[in-house]
Amino acid sequence: MTVTELVPYEDALASYDPVMGLEVHVELGTKTKMFCGCSTELGADANSQTCPTCLGLPGALPVVNATGVESAIRIGLALHCEIAEWCRFARKNYFYPDMPKNFQTSQYDEPIAFNGYLDVQLEDGEIFRVEIERAHMEEDTGKSTHVGGATGRIHGARHSLLDYNRAGIPLIEIVTKPIEGAGERAPEVAKAYVAELRELIKALGVSEARMEMGQMRCDVNLSLRPNGTEKFGTRSETKNVNSLRSVERAVRYEISRHAGVLNAGGKIVQETRHFHEEDGSTTAGRIKEEAEDYRYFPEPDLVPVAPAREWVEELRGTLPELPRVRRNRLREEWGISEHDMQSILNAGAVDLIEATIAAGADSAAARKWWMGELARRANEEGTALAELPISPAQVARIAALVADGSLNDKLARQVIEGVLAGEGEPDAVVEQRGLKLVSDDSALGAAVDEAIAANAAIADKIRAGKVAAAGALVGAVMKATRGQADAARVRELILEKLGVEG
Amino acid sequence: MPGITREEVAHLARLARLELQDEELDHFATQLDDIIGAVARVSEVAEQDVPPTSHPLPLTNVMRPDVVRPSLTPQAALSGAPAQEQQRFKVPQILGED
Repeated sequence: MTVTELVPYEDALASYDPVMGLEVHVELGTKTKMFCGCSTELGADANSQTCPTCLGLPGALPVVNATGVESAIRIGLALHCEIAEWCRFARKNYFYPDMPKNFQTSQYDEPIAFNGYLDVQLEDGEIFRVEIERAHMEEDTGKSTHVGGATGRIHGARHSLLDYNRAGIPLIEIVTKPIEGAGERAPEVAKAYVAELRELIKALGVSEARMEMGQMRCDVNLSLRPNGTEKFGTRSETKNVNSLRSVERAVRYEISRHAGVLNAGGKIVQETRHFHEEDGSTTAGRIKEEAEDYRYFPEPDLVPVAPAREWVEELRGTLPELPRVRRNRLREEWGISEHDMQSILNAGAVDLIEATIAAGADSAAARKWWMGELARRANEEGTALAELPISPAQVARIAALVADGSLNDKLARQVIEGVLAGEGEPDAVVEQRGLKLVSDDSALGAAVDEAIAANAAIADKIRAGKVAAAGALVGAVMKATRGQADAARVRELILEKLGVEG
Repeated sequence: MPGITREEVAHLARLARLELQDEELDHFATQLDDIIGAVARVSEVAEQDVPPTSHPLPLTNVMRPDVVRPSLTPQAALSGAPAQEQQRFKVPQILGED
């Protein structure tokens, strides 16, 4: 095995122009499989969600899931695709035990949706249009476990064990046209495209599109051509790149690797490659089979899908506001920068903040709590923000208590802590923990008098006009009241008692 | 004239992971060539105005609602498996793939 010298990224870009093709598989969130009524519920016992159809037993006949077709059409429409007036399924034949039928039911030359685009916004706000070749319907494969061998990988395995619960779960494969003209921003464009597609899928409600759960998976095709030339180079296909960061790294790595092979006078082998999360590298997989080796032919057990135009238009009416358009609208409403919005998006906080504002909080407070204290907590616990056991309505209530002076930030953090610990609604936590801010003068007066008496020297300085020294006395009062005093009111009282104008 | 060569049959056998002897290749190549030739006569009859068909019935849009139906028990699902382990289908080592 020859080791390829990686060319530094900038040097590779100085000589070569990258062309990408991205294939994204989305597992639909339907209740049942694509061609049979077996449940798609996660976490079931091995082989407890199979039937004669998804096991490929003789005589069993598939029937298409109507919601699967509807989801495919809605995805196609959201990607500005044309929707086929008539299309068929096809059998993709291959020898591998992950499909008990020995073929995957897919679509070949008649995809349900084709010819669209998705506009993606890069970090600096630039819009890049990614053209969509097609989106087609197919089914997921079973899950293999390789037994024997050192690493659980297929090499050295003595045998494999198959669980077919996943076999037949609806997949939509979305394929881009060759992405040209991204240049040095190719890795960023790839990541932004997958991120935007994920947001779109979630907004459509057709899948949760959680990449870490395998509900959305990306294959990265990449080739290089010398700068200034038109003809595409030979491509490699890096399979199963399953996080946004990995998509970016895989593109970057393959650009450096291809440039190394080409600079050394070598030829790129058209092959599939495996991505390694640990170091961001790729290694050779199998030589890619030609399409004809899959011996595609129309699926005789399924009749054509011919979506009526009225149905397509009805579905068009159900499309949500595009995520990018929505983000820009919210960004303007909230009066924040592109960069801040990007941070909010990355933190998974857009929906939470919007809901908190809808529940009555002002936008600055909603952003502050979700992106500050709550983001910190989620990070500490290694959980997603949305998974924290606190609702936007509860955050809005806490923000309201701060706004009306019942809580200060420090007390509010304790209320959040109480809600997260399951102590109930914010008001109940305030009550039980005794967290009301003390601002009535009779309660504060005694503490202020004590602080003045205990700090005579500082009090004299303030009397002499050094108003800034009041901070030390405020601190003493806050300490004595364990942070529950209204600091602004305390300051006023101190100055009043010492006969100084604030 | 459509047909199939001995090399194509050997290629198909490899894709299907079938081990065919030389004489079997000759035998099947001749047989498959005859079959393909017979089926190809259809295209001599069909004019340009006859669309290719993949299904004998003039049906479209046969769909079912997204409603869960009972699955087989794992025991029933595995009952035809030549080998099983940990409630899973056990298959031999898979060669030539990664």
